[in-house]
Amino acid sequence: MTRFKGLQELFKRYRRPGDIVFAWMFFALAVFLFTQLGTQSPWKWGGKVFSQPAFWPTSSVILMVFFGGLHLLSSALSPRLVGRWEEVWQWVKSLEYAGWFMAYVFVVPQLGYLLSTIVFGLLLAARAGYRSVRMYLSIVALSITIVVVFKGFLQVRIPGGAIYEYLPTTLRSFMLTYF
Amino acid sequence: MDVFYSAVSLLMDWQVLLALVIGSIGGVIIGAIPGVGAAVAIAILLPATFAMPPLVGLTMLLGIYGSSMYGGALPAVLINTPGTAVNALTTYDGYPMTQRGEARRAVALAYSASFFGGIFSIVALILLAPLLAKIAPHFGSREIFLAAALGLILVVLAHRGQIFAAGMLASFGIFLQMVGLEPVTYSRRFTFDQSWLTSGVDLIVVVLGLFALSQAFLLLVEPDEKPEMISVKGSIFSGLKELWMYKRVATVSSGFGVMMGMIPGVGEFTAQFMSYTYAQKTSKTPELFGKGAPEGLIASEAANNAVPAAAMIPLLALGIPGEALTAMMLTVFYVHNVIPGPQLFQGQMDFVMALYLALLVLNVIVLCFLMVSTNLLTKIIELPTRLIGITILLLSFVGVYSLRNSITDCALAAGFGVFGFILKRLNLPIVPIILGMVLGGIMDVKLRSAMPRVKTPLDMIDRPIAMIIFAMILIVIALHIRTLMREMRNRPQNLDTDIHLKQEGEQ
Repeated sequence: MTRFKGLQELFKRYRRPGDIVFAWMFFALAVFLFTQLGTQSPWKWGGKVFSQPAFWPTSSVILMVFFGGLHLLSSALSPRLVGRWEEVWQWVKSLEYAGWFMAYVFVVPQLGYLLSTIVFGLLLAARAGYRSVRMYLSIVALSITIVVVFKGFLQVRIPGGAIYEYLPTTLRSFMLTYF
Repeated sequence: MDVFYSAVSLLMDWQVLLALVIGSIGGVIIGAIPGVGAAVAIAILLPATFAMPPLVGLTMLLGIYGSSMYGGALPAVLINTPGTAVNALTTYDGYPMTQRGEARRAVALAYSASFFGGIFSIVALILLAPLLAKIAPHFGSREIFLAAALGLILVVLAHRGQIFAAGMLASFGIFLQMVGLEPVTYSRRFTFDQSWLTSGVDLIVVVLGLFALSQAFLLLVEPDEKPEMISVKGSIFSGLKELWMYKRVATVSSGFGVMMGMIPGVGEFTAQFMSYTYAQKTSKTPELFGKGAPEGLIASEAANNAVPAAAMIPLLALGIPGEALTAMMLTVFYVHNVIPGPQLFQGQMDFVMALYLALLVLNVIVLCFLMVSTNLLTKIIELPTRLIGITILLLSFVGVYSLRNSITDCALAAGFGVFGFILKRLNLPIVPIILGMVLGGIMDVKLRSAMPRVKTPLDMIDRPIAMIIFAMILIVIALHIRTLMREMRNRPQNLDTDIHLKQEGEQ
């Protein structure tokens, strides 16, 4: 029986510090969406209830408020876990990497896929605390591999960089096709 | 037999075979690296597969899906760290075996059990195909709506201890699916007069944000780690011979995997839970479970590897994905205008059979690969975690940007990345959002198309299959209420806080 309990523990997910902050944020979002139902998802005259364009948005927002409220309540009634604001700080820290990602997105159409990937790979490696030349060379090799596989081999749709306009004609078309 | 030959000829295309090999081997490697997993890889590769023929793209994704759990068993057994989430139970008996010097035996048994589970489920799938082909056409709009509703309810109820969170996240998924221009009356829903919201929120953007980018952020924010692996000495072939001694456990566990895989919203964890409990209860040495019992290891690996093939049943026969990975695959079908569902089984059975055969071949490829490359894999697992984070971040860009070269999509994906990061940090489930989006969309379409034939609410369940599914919904809810009442009567200690504090203390 003891082991059986242990198994349940293995499969169960456990509450972490910061849960109540998230619960409040989600509930606030749900309530905000609920207040917008009248203007953002209006019901139309006539027609069956289930065929109304507002039926599913209304149902989902009501369910969000209902479950979000219960989650908030259960979180508020559970014992407080130490480290709430340290956890929130971790969430804020993730925004830095979202910023890195968006910077990468903005730079690719300018510098081209190959150069941007190498530069961002190296900058991220430095930011992550890697200092060895071996690691930087690995990052360069990795970046080239990613670009060759996706742009050159799989031909995914990534536009060429504005910088390619300054290249000689033959090299430019090669770069536009493969890098 | 004609269908079989036609399926073989479809599979014999060099592109399909290449995709199968790349997917299978790539899946093993991805599964073996803790912190990556099949969901991340499939999310990144999805847009790249859109340019491929449907069978090629699907075979590659199937390869990753079906083989990642093989790879995930390796770090679970050797370093007590599951490569993918569903290998968590494997650590329970696999790692103690390694600790007492039986690493080779544990790895061999894990591979053999995975192979057995995989093959068992494909054979079951092939045998069930004629029956499915007969039943599937009886699923009309009402039945598919009810099956999707059942899937959604099961997804929520399967998250024991977190039902409120799963419910709110599934509802959020449905809400996301409804944002944008409504396709029938062209009314705008929750667009806030923003033109970029008119086309709605793309499932792939959400998937890439929640699975891939969030994982990159997680690995980059947390301290760098480099797992120390040990090498495995000796032949791995002996596992197949030893598995024969535990054939009953392997067969029953695979059976649980097939059953749970077929039910939308249930999946690997429930299958493992049931098979492990069965293995322990019927074992002559139940006290060894959790301390290195081979039967426990077999139960875990056979059950989880039987699920992918079985999960293809509701996807192919009804167009209903049971979990996040099949939900991602559904988008590949849609992009190629191959609509899974009863018509697929009636009109393109050779295509369905080719997918089954691809699954069969991938299990053989993976086993052969693992027999010769286990020690090479242990080197790959030693990659530092932040380097993996950088790689995922760079790859996620391809996934999102190549969709339609939209910076808005990238910004949305980054936003969902942060959201997914918070959910992962809080141990909250991500899958209900994805299934909410996919099943919510299906429910919307099917309920609308069922409406002309429904005059009273009872008309929704006036056909046998619809009635059965509705009864299943009621039974599932009733069983859940019964469990809740039992728990209320025998309220356990607050494990929640205890365990959390213990985890914190260990860090």
